[in-house]
Amino acid sequence: MEILVCVKRVPDTAENEIEVNKDGTGIETDDLVYSVNEWDNYAVEEAIQIRDKVGGSVTIVSVGDEESEEVVRREMAMGADNGLLLTDDAFEGSDGKGTATLLKAVVEKGNYDLILTGAQADDGAGQVGGMLATMLDMPYASLVNAIEMLDDKKLKIGREIEGGNQEMSEIELPCVLSIQTGINEPRYVGIRGIRKVASIEIPVYGAGDLGLSADAIGAAGAGVKRLDYFVPELGEGAEMLEGSTEEIVEKLIELLKAKGGIK
Amino acid sequence: MAKIFTYITFKNGVPDDSALELVNAAKQIAPDASPTAVVVGSGIDALCKEVAASYAEVWKVDNEAFAYPNAEVIRNVLSSILPQECILLVPHDTFGMDLSPGLSIKMDTVFMPDTVGFGGLEGSMLKCIRQEYGGAVSTHVSCDITKGAILNIRPGAFQPDESKAAAGQVVDKSAEAGDLSTKRVYLETVAAEVGDVDITKEDVLVSIGRGIEDEDNIEIAEDLAKAMGAVVSCSRPIVDAKWLEKSRQVGTSGQTVKPKVYLACGISGSFQHLGGLKGNPFVVAINKNPKAPIFQVADVGIEADILDFLPELTEAIENL
Ligand SMILES: Cc1cc2nc3c(=O)[nH]c(=O)nc-3n(C[C@H](O)[C@H](O)[C@H](O)COP(=O)(O)OP(=O)(O)OC[C@H]3O[C@@H](n4cnc5c(N)ncnc54)[C@H](O)[C@@H]3O)c2cc1C
Repeated sequence: MEILVCVKRVPDTAENEIEVNKDGTGIETDDLVYSVNEWDNYAVEEAIQIRDKVGGSVTIVSVGDEESEEVVRREMAMGADNGLLLTDDAFEGSDGKGTATLLKAVVEKGNYDLILTGAQADDGAGQVGGMLATMLDMPYASLVNAIEMLDDKKLKIGREIEGGNQEMSEIELPCVLSIQTGINEPRYVGIRGIRKVASIEIPVYGAGDLGLSADAIGAAGAGVKRLDYFVPELGEGAEMLEGSTEEIVEKLIELLKAKGGIK
Repeated sequence: MAKIFTYITFKNGVPDDSALELVNAAKQIAPDASPTAVVVGSGIDALCKEVAASYAEVWKVDNEAFAYPNAEVIRNVLSSILPQECILLVPHDTFGMDLSPGLSIKMDTVFMPDTVGFGGLEGSMLKCIRQEYGGAVSTHVSCDITKGAILNIRPGAFQPDESKAAAGQVVDKSAEAGDLSTKRVYLETVAAEVGDVDITKEDVLVSIGRGIEDEDNIEIAEDLAKAMGAVVSCSRPIVDAKWLEKSRQVGTSGQTVKPKVYLACGISGSFQHLGGLKGNPFVVAINKNPKAPIFQVADVGIEADILDFLPELTEAIENL
């Protein structure tokens, strides 16, 4: 089984306070801590588990700037076989379709049976996997939280739907699946693991290597464009309790009592 | 302007709340819009009639093959029946997330995921409002709708149109459904596991999120819940980490709860989490990040480290 996993380097929302920058063109990037998109970690873990069961290889690919190499390497350290980095100034400003177009070009250079993405990334769009599948004329399933190999042509999969119910289907290979968190327990990667893969070369592809024309990708090819970033003013917001911890606790207890929060 | 269609999702023959919300979403794109609803299913006459109370026109696509909504098949159906250049509004739920990205490629139009508002239409440029980074910031995003568009709309983001005065027509489009073959075959739905406690029946919930940091710290929340006579619930990462059972998860992919009081401790306030919080409870948010989105929806906020604050609160309640 040849498996390709698409990963993205994103600001770590658990580690950062995300704020809009001064001119509203983006988020404040000073001191941002980056990591691999949470969902992608589960996708890589799942790929490695499948390969360990049935053989084959796992390739990690990321579209991003040069710094994205660090997340490709981190995910390789989990136990993937190969890494690829797609980076080029011409890719900047790509919308979901542009990113899917880049990934399609990579898929066509290889011979993959299974392509995994995370269910969504930092922009909450969840679009690249589904677009890629249709571009490749492959079947697709989103929000996958269980994968079982039936034979070398078919998988049994579970999709997580509303209320935590699970929709079970059979899907033909090759296919594209977007992976939901919780499908497995991603293994821990330590410094030592990353050191082990430090010397492995990660090929870098630009627009030319992928045979893509500039108007299909980047800002020029984007039908969807971000105009600005802002913080919405939503109603009144919470009444913030101020004072010493003791005072806050006292006020809160009064409120809880009044609202039936303390029995 | 391109004609607007809405996709109606439903369960057990009852249309989802989004059916009425999409009417208003369409009107925010163009105030005089009279969208057409598309209903795909099996044995859906009564359902279409109900939808026609809110839409001037309802397109019915009825076939046994649609007894379960398989996005892989419905994508083909929609690209067969819809005009090439149209705007389709789809609820951004687990079905819409499955359907729409691929549909936009199939129909060669733009796709806007998880839209929460509109900022006006200028010529063919539609300004949409989205959120990024779990709701921490919003963006204006433009798309060129010259060739139509697929717009996924966040459930609950638009007010429902309750007027039900459309008295619309149902048009049978079943014969135009096109190719029903699929490489993804639906088997069954496995119901979520039932846990030791039923958080949907509790009046007071002490809910913990990633801010609890470590499995061993869950005790802190349990102690507080005990003192308050409450029960511990949680956000999704706590379940993903296997620290609590799935039945304790509040949100769209977990439980829908209707407590009187909800203490959100170390929870950022993503829309998937808040989607499971109904009945307008008194929400107290405790978070160390004063900019956390949860503070926009909470009644009362406390900027604090929950690992310090919760034990203090527990102790004070125990001493009452
Ligand atoms: C299809 C789909 C369905 C989903 N369904 C659900 C669902 O049903 N329920 C759900 O909850 N999520 C769901 N999610 C996930 C959701 O998008 C968020 O990722 C999740 O809700 C975030 O959980 P959180 O707030 O606990 O974590 P985070 O977003 O990481 O927030 C943690 C918060 O804790 C604060 N914090 C950290 N440490 C401390 C401390 N010591 N003291 C005080 N505060 C602290 C931080 O400032 C931050 O605000 C779903 C996602 C998808 C794609």
